[in-house]
Amino acid sequence: MEQAVVSGHQLETSTGLDNRKLLMWVFLASECLFFGSLIAAYLLYRDRSVQGPYPSDLFDIPFTSVSAFVLLMSSVSMVLALSSIQRGNRRGLQIWLFTTAVLGILFLSGQAYEFTVFHHEGLSLSRNMFGTTFFVLTGFHGAHVTVGVLILLSLFTMTLQGKITQEESLPIELAGLYWHFVDIVWIVIFTLIYLIQP
Amino acid sequence: MATAIGRQRSGLAEALRAAREAAADGRGIWSWLATVDHKRIGTLYGFTALFFFVLGGIEALLIRIQLARPESTILNADQYNRIFTMHGTTMVFLVVMPLSAAFFNLLVPLMIGARDVAFPRLNAFSYWTFLAGGLFLNASFFTGGNIFHGDLGAPDTGWFGYSTLTSTKFSHGHGVDFWVFGLQILGIASLAGGFNFIVTILNMRAPGMSLFRMPLFVWMALVTSFLIVFAMPVIAVALFELMFDRLFGALFFEPAAGGNPLLWQHMFWLFGHPEVYILILPAMGIVSEILPTFSRKPLFGYPFVVFSGVAIGFMSWGVWVHHMYTTGLGTVANAAFGVSTIMIGVPTGVKIFNWMATLWGGAIRLNTPLLFAVGFVGMFTIGGLSGITHSMVPSDYQQQDTYYVVAHFHYVLFGGAVFALFGGAYYWFPKFTGKLMNETLGQINFWTLLLGFNMTFFPMHMSGLLGMPRRIYTYSEGQGWDLWNLMSSVGAFIIAFSVAVFIVNLVLSIMRGQKSGADPWDGRTLEWSLPSPVPHYNFAEIPHVHARDDFWHRKYTEDEAGRPIPVVAGGSDGHEEPDGHGIHLPSPSYFPLLASVGFPVIATGLIYDYALVPVGAALLLVGLYGWAMEPATEEAL
Repeated sequence: MEQAVVSGHQLETSTGLDNRKLLMWVFLASECLFFGSLIAAYLLYRDRSVQGPYPSDLFDIPFTSVSAFVLLMSSVSMVLALSSIQRGNRRGLQIWLFTTAVLGILFLSGQAYEFTVFHHEGLSLSRNMFGTTFFVLTGFHGAHVTVGVLILLSLFTMTLQGKITQEESLPIELAGLYWHFVDIVWIVIFTLIYLIQP
Repeated sequence: MATAIGRQRSGLAEALRAAREAAADGRGIWSWLATVDHKRIGTLYGFTALFFFVLGGIEALLIRIQLARPESTILNADQYNRIFTMHGTTMVFLVVMPLSAAFFNLLVPLMIGARDVAFPRLNAFSYWTFLAGGLFLNASFFTGGNIFHGDLGAPDTGWFGYSTLTSTKFSHGHGVDFWVFGLQILGIASLAGGFNFIVTILNMRAPGMSLFRMPLFVWMALVTSFLIVFAMPVIAVALFELMFDRLFGALFFEPAAGGNPLLWQHMFWLFGHPEVYILILPAMGIVSEILPTFSRKPLFGYPFVVFSGVAIGFMSWGVWVHHMYTTGLGTVANAAFGVSTIMIGVPTGVKIFNWMATLWGGAIRLNTPLLFAVGFVGMFTIGGLSGITHSMVPSDYQQQDTYYVVAHFHYVLFGGAVFALFGGAYYWFPKFTGKLMNETLGQINFWTLLLGFNMTFFPMHMSGLLGMPRRIYTYSEGQGWDLWNLMSSVGAFIIAFSVAVFIVNLVLSIMRGQKSGADPWDGRTLEWSLPSPVPHYNFAEIPHVHARDDFWHRKYTEDEAGRPIPVVAGGSDGHEEPDGHGIHLPSPSYFPLLASVGFPVIATGLIYDYALVPVGAALLLVGLYGWAMEPATEEAL
């Protein structure tokens, strides 16, 4: 009776899963439909450009492989961040959170570079169906990474203020779920769009 | 950034304290702006939706005035297009969805034995974002020049916004842009609500409230919330694509460049058909609560009704092409979706039979809520039957784009959803006000609505089968449509009268309704165990649930013949010591409101002047960061 309705340390829920964690899982399920729709539009329009440049003229697979690798490694550092705080290692949490954010920023820089190069080669939103679908799909993914970086940097600030503790490490876990999801989406995009070309 | 937030937090500390004090005595407009109480948010949803219902109703009357006679010139074609577009968009997104949200908010926590939803501030955010989206959408009326000279600026493409009607080539002005952003904002509101209610229902149930002891309404709220969180992202992407086409020159729906307008239809209806069930499942939940109470019998075949609702939820994802039979997708696609559409009638039919069996042999009391619930079953069945005629491809070819379709979906959404929502309003009004709605006015409300509704929409079956197309602003005489249209128009005014009676009843009953007591209908579910109006903490003590219809079993036991006998010392007012001392409730917060205001500012910026975009984004960010950083409960202070 004395317990709070909603608070940071909720005592029990019907499923045993913390409310915020359940919320994150449902949110990510919903995001699947969001990216699914964008990817479907890309695949539908894949062969429908009436003028170039075409994907094969522009894609630099080695370069994008490197940036994909960077994003994948950021998932590893995210796991290390969570594992650090769960073992009570605040210093490790700070280091790995910051590393994850930096790797995210590195990925975003790669994307910005790629967008710039493609733009110089004549690709734009209004150039052809490839430009339309490519920029919107990868742009929305980039926006998600950007939000993730903001979350990571906010959490990093909180760790400096000592607000994240071993007992209350859930925010890190939630940020991790989101970060891994965005990473997985990139694996799908990279495979379907860069690697498997018609 | 941290210091900026810190400064802004200390500046807001004063306002927060004021808000907390205002909300503590629960008075004044400030306590409503910062409220996170699910009952207050539900009330806000309800009255806002009622306002939009009147607005959408006025639009409907304008349509019917124009179509009452052939060759009418009260509206011109352009005005007519804008008004029917806004009528449809308003009724779907600003009336039926938020009214369902109102009932979710008011009832779900009470029915599962919780003190609030899982995320009270997210709940407030849902409401304010909904309000922002609704106002933004309607602001489009003022963008066409002088509205008093009849220059309307609203979207003119139908609520379905088919491409390429929505391209800049064919739709001048900003009406469609307002529509795109308005729906996008409303989608965010719905998503936030959907997430919140899924977590609330799965996680916040009182001890003993297993899934199969939940009231049917809660089940339908759960299924609806899942449909929302999976359907809204699809329309969000479609709207983003349209936004990129219109504002940034993308080519998604540009046939000359290889774009395919059919993509819009697929995405719209992949969202749109689950959306139909988002509109109707809450109504089915309401009816499934009213019928047992007023027949004094448990719901017949509870597990069947639950599973039918879940089955409808799944199957609603596999029927969208029945909106697109005439787009030339081929015989196989049409046949497959024809079969799936026929099949979705099965769980729906199961429910109708269960409702009838619930009434069968019951000790029926013919109060207003029951009238509306029975009205729902009858009208929805008619709409369901005409729906089955649409599932047949050849038959649908004949009916496509005629008034027959208009008749069909008004039978399911007005005769169905709106009747049930009215019934729900009469049924639960006492719980939140402590007063009964006037029964005489209620009966007048029901019978005039039943008459007006059938007089408006039944003739549309006729005019439709006689070939009258939808979405035309006028027609020439002598085609056999005149009488049916006149009947529809007269009926529309009877509906308007009926709605006026409802509003009068609502106001009179709030001011001086008869006292209701805690349990006026001899209810079955947990909300009736609480005092009316419900105290702000809901349950002084979280109940332990031992059965389905737990509150009924606390009041009644059965004799050998299965007849209910009152339990002698059965605490029928349920609430021995109404004492909220020591309960920590979530603190009021302005941040959800602040964040919500950001969305229309961003949208206005994208349409008119990019300089506003960072302003809106800043509002949103400050709102979200403030929200994340402030303590959620008084206890945590």
